[in-house]
Amino acid sequence: MHELSIANSLVEIATEYLAKERVKNDESSVVKSITLRIGALSCVHKSALNFSFELVTKDTLLEGAELKVIDVPVTIFCKPCEREVELPGIQRFRCPVCDTPSADIRQGKELDIDTIEIAENASTPA
Amino acid sequence: MTPPEPAMIEPRILEVRTKILKKNDELARDMRDQFQSAEVLVTNMVSSPGTGKTTLLREMLTRFVAAGDRVAAIVGDLETDNDARRLAESGAPVRQIMTHGCCHLEADMIEEHLEGWELSELDFLFIENVGNLVCPTSWDLGESVRVALLSVTEGEDKPLKYPGLFNTSDVAVITKIDLAIPCEFDRNLALENIQSVRPGMQVFETSAKTGEGMDLWIDYLRQKRNQLIGTVGSIGK
Repeated sequence: MHELSIANSLVEIATEYLAKERVKNDESSVVKSITLRIGALSCVHKSALNFSFELVTKDTLLEGAELKVIDVPVTIFCKPCEREVELPGIQRFRCPVCDTPSADIRQGKELDIDTIEIAENASTPA
Repeated sequence: MTPPEPAMIEPRILEVRTKILKKNDELARDMRDQFQSAEVLVTNMVSSPGTGKTTLLREMLTRFVAAGDRVAAIVGDLETDNDARRLAESGAPVRQIMTHGCCHLEADMIEEHLEGWELSELDFLFIENVGNLVCPTSWDLGESVRVALLSVTEGEDKPLKYPGLFNTSDVAVITKIDLAIPCEFDRNLALENIQSVRPGMQVFETSAKTGEGMDLWIDYLRQKRNQLIGTVGSIGK
């Protein structure tokens, strides 16, 4: 369950951003959602990450924030084709067009925060 | 009377674009710089439990110690210091990290357990990760060489099942090669599967018990250290 460690790091970063927003804009700012980019090779199980995120955000400023995940497929650079090609799976690192093997991975290892959506907390009295 | 609608405020999107594990990555990067300037080759060994990491590492340490190399090891397990005691039989200094449930090692755990060791007095440092083929993949420990290990008893399709590890490792080691025949290990299929998920990956076949393949594997690590020292030298020029 390394997703718990990942969720902890995620919360730490998001909380920093939220704190800055609160100082800069509105004290009642909350995190509405966090969009992640997760590569097919990153070994992250999405439901385990969601579960961990809910667990570690309970009774914190981030409670109720939604996790959105953009799945990033693996792409490799194929020399003969002279271009980046997307792989249909992660068991076979060969160009789907010309079948040349390539270990030149261009994407698919991502474990990134893409964006954080901030909104005002409607339940906070003015 | 219905209460007035709260004023609609447009949600703001912050373009964060950062790695979730950036804190670990930054620390690992600093540690890698320190290891390089101290000319110590750090190797992170990753496999499932039961692959024989400890037995292989004990044999490696014994050989390095006998050759006069300055080696040390850090070993991670959920509980017990059994592995550290087994490794210490080699005569090398060894430290145990007990993670108490954490399924992988992180850079700060290594940093903490390095305290009191003078890096410049080491040639090689080995980190035996917690036995797990999935979780250690995402954590950079500042190593120069990451090794994915699999044993002949585990089945030839491990690389296909765990491509993430093979794709973040620099080299693969097949262990317990002395048991290949009784286990009906299909060597060609295993090598083919490694090449399928990681074209061009170098593979060493070893037996800590009979010593088969050990010299080649140790030579590889020596070459890697020479490359590291070469890099440090060229930076200074």
